[in-house]
Amino acid sequence: MQAAKTEIQLDPQAETLMSRLRQDFGERVLAEQLTCDGIPTVWVDRQHIQGLLQSLKNETQPKFEMLFDITAIDERLRSNRDGQPLSEFTVVYHLMSFTGNCDIRVKVPLKDRDLSLPTIVDIWPNANWYERETWDMFGIQFDGHPNLYRIVLPPTWKGHALRKEHPARATEMEPFSLDQEAGDIEQEALKFNPEEWGMQRESENSEFMFLNLGPNHPSVHGAFRIALQLDGEILVDAVPDIGYHHRGAEKMGERQSWHTFIPYTDRIDYLGGVLNNLPYVMAVEKMAGIQVPERVKVIRIMLSEMFRICSHLLFYGTFAQDVGQLSPIFYMFVERERIFNIIESICGARMHPGWFRIGGVAQDLPNGWETRVQDILDFMPARLDEYDSMVMNNGILKRRTQGIGAYDTQTAFDWGVTGAGLRATGLEWDFRKQRPYSGYENFEFDVPIAVNGDCYDRCAVRVEEMRQSLRIIKQCLDNMPSGHYKSDHPLTTPPRKENTMQDIETLINHFLSVSWGPVIPPNEVTVAVEATKGINSYYLVSDGSTNSYRTRIRTPSFAHLQMIPTMSRGFMVPDLIAIIASIDFVMADVDR
Amino acid sequence: MAFEIGSGITIAAILGVVIVVAAMLIWVERRLLSLWQERLGPNRVGWFGLLQVVADMIKIFTKEDWIPPFADRFTFVLAPAIIMTVILLSFGVIPFAPNIGVIDSNLGVLFVLAMASLGAYSVMLAGLASDNKYALLGALRAAAQMISYEVFMGISLLGVVALAGSFNLREIVLSQAEGWYVIPQFIGFIIFLIAGIAESHRLPFDIPEAEQEICAGYHTEYSGMKFGMFFVGEYLGLVLISSLITVLFFGGWMGAAFLPPIVWFSIKAGGFIAFFILLRAAIPRPRYDQLMTYGWLFLLPVSLLNLLITGAIILSVQ
Repeated sequence: MQAAKTEIQLDPQAETLMSRLRQDFGERVLAEQLTCDGIPTVWVDRQHIQGLLQSLKNETQPKFEMLFDITAIDERLRSNRDGQPLSEFTVVYHLMSFTGNCDIRVKVPLKDRDLSLPTIVDIWPNANWYERETWDMFGIQFDGHPNLYRIVLPPTWKGHALRKEHPARATEMEPFSLDQEAGDIEQEALKFNPEEWGMQRESENSEFMFLNLGPNHPSVHGAFRIALQLDGEILVDAVPDIGYHHRGAEKMGERQSWHTFIPYTDRIDYLGGVLNNLPYVMAVEKMAGIQVPERVKVIRIMLSEMFRICSHLLFYGTFAQDVGQLSPIFYMFVERERIFNIIESICGARMHPGWFRIGGVAQDLPNGWETRVQDILDFMPARLDEYDSMVMNNGILKRRTQGIGAYDTQTAFDWGVTGAGLRATGLEWDFRKQRPYSGYENFEFDVPIAVNGDCYDRCAVRVEEMRQSLRIIKQCLDNMPSGHYKSDHPLTTPPRKENTMQDIETLINHFLSVSWGPVIPPNEVTVAVEATKGINSYYLVSDGSTNSYRTRIRTPSFAHLQMIPTMSRGFMVPDLIAIIASIDFVMADVDR
Repeated sequence: MAFEIGSGITIAAILGVVIVVAAMLIWVERRLLSLWQERLGPNRVGWFGLLQVVADMIKIFTKEDWIPPFADRFTFVLAPAIIMTVILLSFGVIPFAPNIGVIDSNLGVLFVLAMASLGAYSVMLAGLASDNKYALLGALRAAAQMISYEVFMGISLLGVVALAGSFNLREIVLSQAEGWYVIPQFIGFIIFLIAGIAESHRLPFDIPEAEQEICAGYHTEYSGMKFGMFFVGEYLGLVLISSLITVLFFGGWMGAAFLPPIVWFSIKAGGFIAFFILLRAAIPRPRYDQLMTYGWLFLLPVSLLNLLITGAIILSVQ
């Protein structure tokens, strides 16, 4: 049992957990691995994975209620993996405990010629999509999985995209063309076949209608298809079909340098702007050992909260629009536009500034930023009150959304729901409060919750969150620390320039990190943040090179969409629209 | 100008004005909505964007007249014609002014109700002929909604008919010389207003074509001028409902003598049109089973009660 880095220590709670596991599982635990994020990581053989996960869910202290993520790493080209068991493909399970407020990572080593392991769908239902994605991207078989089909790539795709031998650029592949014949094949492959999903075509009294809602439909917020099984207008079952917005962001993460991947993160949750940069740059900083100045932390929080308000405003407007209220979206766009103007005067861009940097932010705040930010604080509260009376207190809207698509906290855990969808069930759990990052512990704000977990509550939670974000922005404005907007760590990208013309060491560092990009020491790290739509995390593996060896982006929308059938069975088509609207997702955040 | 009831000039004028007004409403609605929604709306073409309608018309008339290969051609073409025809026919019995109107029918009220029932066919046939699942859902919703709301619409009118003692719309207007029926028949007015929105399926009751739910509902497969006929038909319906409210509850053309009767009529009807547009800007859409429940469990008893009480009062006064 060799630690990757000696200075990393597990906290006492994790240490107790690990000793319990050592005791219970003995030599079935192949190895323990230390990563710089302090998340305990155990390696286990595939025949023991179900037992271990079962016991982590039900028996250990603390219990791990949520399956946070499943992914894999193609280890065949990785050179820095001291102390880890031999493995060509590693499946990584990431579990989260809410009672213990901690995480654990479980890894399973696999050989290339025998890529299979048992499914865990019966332990956590949300493993379904994650296992499908892992099959899709790596070709790893999950034995016993009910429908192990491709999920993100088209069903006709050849190869598995995140394997190292799969090309990353279009120029490495044959030029793309779609003639009539190929088009027909693709079209045919997209046809929904109910039997494939174990659906009946008719019941005793009626024949079901199968309706393709999407991929182009006014209310699916992007290219997203749900195949509906309808009895009249009552929803019997539904199969969400994603992947139409897939752009291979994770593959790009392996191709770009650490620095040049930042703008790509903006486009994951494209309404979240710099809030997407945050987990990524914090993850890289953790591996590089960069401590950012206080000023950077507060600037980052201020911008993140502005984007949270922008994203919630858009959600709020479309939510009202999807239940048929036409006007609010226009008012909210006015607000959003005003905030974007302020963001633009700070970052130079509106929706996708890509403004955070490894070790800091791109520029210092401009002169006079205080008055502009004060502007937001002046106009927003009154407008939010007005929207309350217009939208939240509207009788028809209440009747359309209350009691629709409700679920409880346990169901939310089962399906990996985070963010407002989880808080609407009554659990006061906000990443910013529970595991403060970037200095959130210094801010005063409340975590709004609701009790019923229905569409209305999910909206109500977000409305209140906007008010809390305003509080945070106010505190940023009042207490902006002085100092530099970048760390003086040599891996800060681009590095600080003051000394480059004075001493040769800094000049060399500067030259290398601008031309090649920074070299991040080998390690693994997961950093999560409370993003606009739930918990967004980046799991980065560095092999000591100028780019990432594996970039795993765990997005909240992916998990939430998987829950649509559970939420909407037995309701009507208009209810489904209200449910979809209340989830608040963007397809880029689902498909990446 | 010599307008008289039923003369060729009058009929041509009514037809022309009604269609032009319905087309102009597209512009009016977009400008009014934008006014209420903090934006500008179409303001590029012509004065205040007034020629936008002309531009839209040129576009819609020159579009490919496409019928989906899987549709039932005859019914598909027939459906939009029905809605235009029945609504235009309904205008035949509307008394716009003492000397302006097409016919002076003793069965005016019944004729309007009969035409409204035929209008439901247009929507249902369009949905069925399209052979599209969204259109089918739209047609189903339309059938349920329009047929039930016709019932309340009819009953809500009977109070007025009883007070006036006539089905003739012209006589109903004349009998309001002492006072508009909106006061004694306030409940009837409210029910007629609600049923009217449901009949012309505009937001908040645009359930058969709820964009966010079933794309465009029954007219999903329609394009070009056939879609245009549904579109203008909707605005014609809006003008018709506003005119009917004016005639039945607000004294038709009557008003102070400093303005000619037709102007009074236009002002009143125009006010209701603006009100309907405001409703669209303000209210979300109920679910269609909620709309049905509301209709059968609330509107029906209330309208029946209204009729009973009106009848009782009339009898006791006699």
